[in-house]
Amino acid sequence: MALRTKDLLGIRGMSSDEIKLILDTAATFKDVSERDIKKVPTLRGKTVMNLFYEASTRTRTSFELAGKRLSADVINISSSTSSAVKGETLLDTARNLEAMKCDIIIVRHSCSGAPEYLSKMLKSAVINAGDGFHEHPTQALLDLFTIREKLGRIEGLTVAIVGDIAHSRVARSNIYGLTALGAKVRVCGPPTMIPPGMAQMGAEVTYDMDKAVEGADAVMMLRLQLERQTAGLFPGVREYANLYGLNSARLARAAGHALVMHPGPMNRGVEISSEVADSNSVILDQVTNGVAVRMAVMFLLSGGTKAEA
Amino acid sequence: MNILIKNGRVIDPANGVDEKLDILVSEGRIAKLGKPGSITANGAGVVDVDQRLVVPGLIDMHVHLREPGFEYKETIASGAAAAAAGGFTSVCCMPNTNPVNDSRSVAEFILSQARQAPARVYPIGAVTKGSKGEELTEMGELFSAGCVAVSDDGKPVMNAAVMRRALEYSKIFDMLIISHCEDSALAAKGVMNEGIVSTELGLRGIPSAAEDVMTARDIALAELTGGRLHIAHVSTAGSVQMIRDAKARGVKVTAETCPHYFSLTDEAVRGYNTMAKMNPPLRTAADVEAIKQGLRDGTIDVIATDHAPHAADEKAGEFDYAPFGIVGLETALGLALKLVEEGVLPLVELLAKMSARPAAILKLDKGSLSPGFDADITIIDPTVEWMVKSSEFKSKSRNTPFEGWKLKGRAVQTMVAGRH
Repeated sequence: MALRTKDLLGIRGMSSDEIKLILDTAATFKDVSERDIKKVPTLRGKTVMNLFYEASTRTRTSFELAGKRLSADVINISSSTSSAVKGETLLDTARNLEAMKCDIIIVRHSCSGAPEYLSKMLKSAVINAGDGFHEHPTQALLDLFTIREKLGRIEGLTVAIVGDIAHSRVARSNIYGLTALGAKVRVCGPPTMIPPGMAQMGAEVTYDMDKAVEGADAVMMLRLQLERQTAGLFPGVREYANLYGLNSARLARAAGHALVMHPGPMNRGVEISSEVADSNSVILDQVTNGVAVRMAVMFLLSGGTKAEA
Repeated sequence: MNILIKNGRVIDPANGVDEKLDILVSEGRIAKLGKPGSITANGAGVVDVDQRLVVPGLIDMHVHLREPGFEYKETIASGAAAAAAGGFTSVCCMPNTNPVNDSRSVAEFILSQARQAPARVYPIGAVTKGSKGEELTEMGELFSAGCVAVSDDGKPVMNAAVMRRALEYSKIFDMLIISHCEDSALAAKGVMNEGIVSTELGLRGIPSAAEDVMTARDIALAELTGGRLHIAHVSTAGSVQMIRDAKARGVKVTAETCPHYFSLTDEAVRGYNTMAKMNPPLRTAADVEAIKQGLRDGTIDVIATDHAPHAADEKAGEFDYAPFGIVGLETALGLALKLVEEGVLPLVELLAKMSARPAAILKLDKGSLSPGFDADITIIDPTVEWMVKSSEFKSKSRNTPFEGWKLKGRAVQTMVAGRH
């Protein structure tokens, strides 16, 4: 089996088989990073471009490591050093990169839809590394991988996603991925941060975090963007932490085996207490798994099949 | 020169006419109407329209011609050519040019550029200086220079007190105030309708309430002041209902919608289609139904295009960065005729909303085929099927969401003062 598309733009519309293919492939790549010599020749001679129009450390580094561990040549371009500051259009920049014969272009952009736009205009494979509030498919895939690795399955689980759902591409991708694999999703946050259409997307909505966490198998905390306060979406950090912060007392309502997850970077003491982050969480497992998942995605988009991995 | 237009089905909504008649045009004016064969040519050129529709030249009371300032998008000449191609003999151009049409000199410049144009161009002046929403323009100057209405279209007058004074002051000249109803704080940085589609696409939404609260405010201010208010490009079910109620109370309010608001929903944005990005945004199927109902029961008086040309480069790239707006002059009639096909409106009523009604609202001696009127006449072939090809547009710009649509009926000839 192989992926149906030349690009990975989002989880929406992916079949459970495709998602499982990526997760299964990632499992075979995971041990590469555990070895003394962390490199396989799989993508030798391929060129991977990290085109980041928005600040990122974790995701960019993860993609870079994934490419390098597959022996691809990886080049990083961030908006501050690219011609974006000179006013070149996104398309012109991307076309120039393609003209230099890049095989995979990884795009992070603050505008939703920018990777989809590039995918239509370019022959190179495009991987969405997070676009606006739209999707962050590799984050969802690494989250799914982590849940499956820790709990053995995804089907039938209940996952709570808590925080600013409206402005979260991580939440959207996870809602699609979790529901596609048969999990039940609860989204929770202040009503100012819950977008319309959650039910149609298959998620239950609650404004009460205790209810969201009750019996959950995993709790995904989202980063609170502090600048949302000036936009009037929440009145203050203290109240937010009281209502929607994950602490030990609240976590006790979840299932005993519940996973605590966070895509990072964390605001300690706001959406997550240090105690929970440091003792009960799988946050660093998520980071580790991110590399394996991104290796799998690059491999599969380069025409690989699971049998070859 | 005299022209005899023969064998047409003449529809003149202003006079309640829908019958086979010949029309004699003399010296650029309608001279006479009569039963087929009853008027002798007497040396007049004969145009045999062969059963096609002969209707008052269509009037579009809401276009953006971009000149002065943005001639790379459109000029008065190219916009008027697009109008004529679409069957419009008169268009009213919004003041959001550079400089803004907030003074006699800009209005006079527009009129002088329009002198040789293939359609009549009526400027609309700004409500406030620079359309900044702060100080009123000298409406008397604008009025005497030839402006037919005032509007800060594209930039809502956010300060209610300023809008109140504008509606009061405009009464000196009985001038129409056209309101772009949008609360900019609620619309914020939105780029499409707020709903399930915006959630899925991760695009910032503009709630329908952004339009509704402003419609409610302006109706209240029209009621308070007695000024003449016209609500531009109505897109929401809520606005339709409020306008309906206001009219029932006797408030002096009229309203227009645009073909895209009864032809498309926000589903058209999927795929980050910048051609479906306009302001107000495309709404839901329920809103489309309400717009149609508003057209049917007369709540919505006028169909206008909000023709908003933009260059191809501007509409390419990130959805967030693309400008709002689509061209409409060359697709409006074909899209509007679908309303007749669907049984939403009788043909005569549709044509009224595109000729007699806007003429009456703007107090133009247009939109009728009465003897003595300028011979502004559009000849429509209601049966011809055609496909929208933006490459064939007379407009300088190609930003349409209707590319490739198959439409039925189009203008085959547009006469302004008997010339074509």
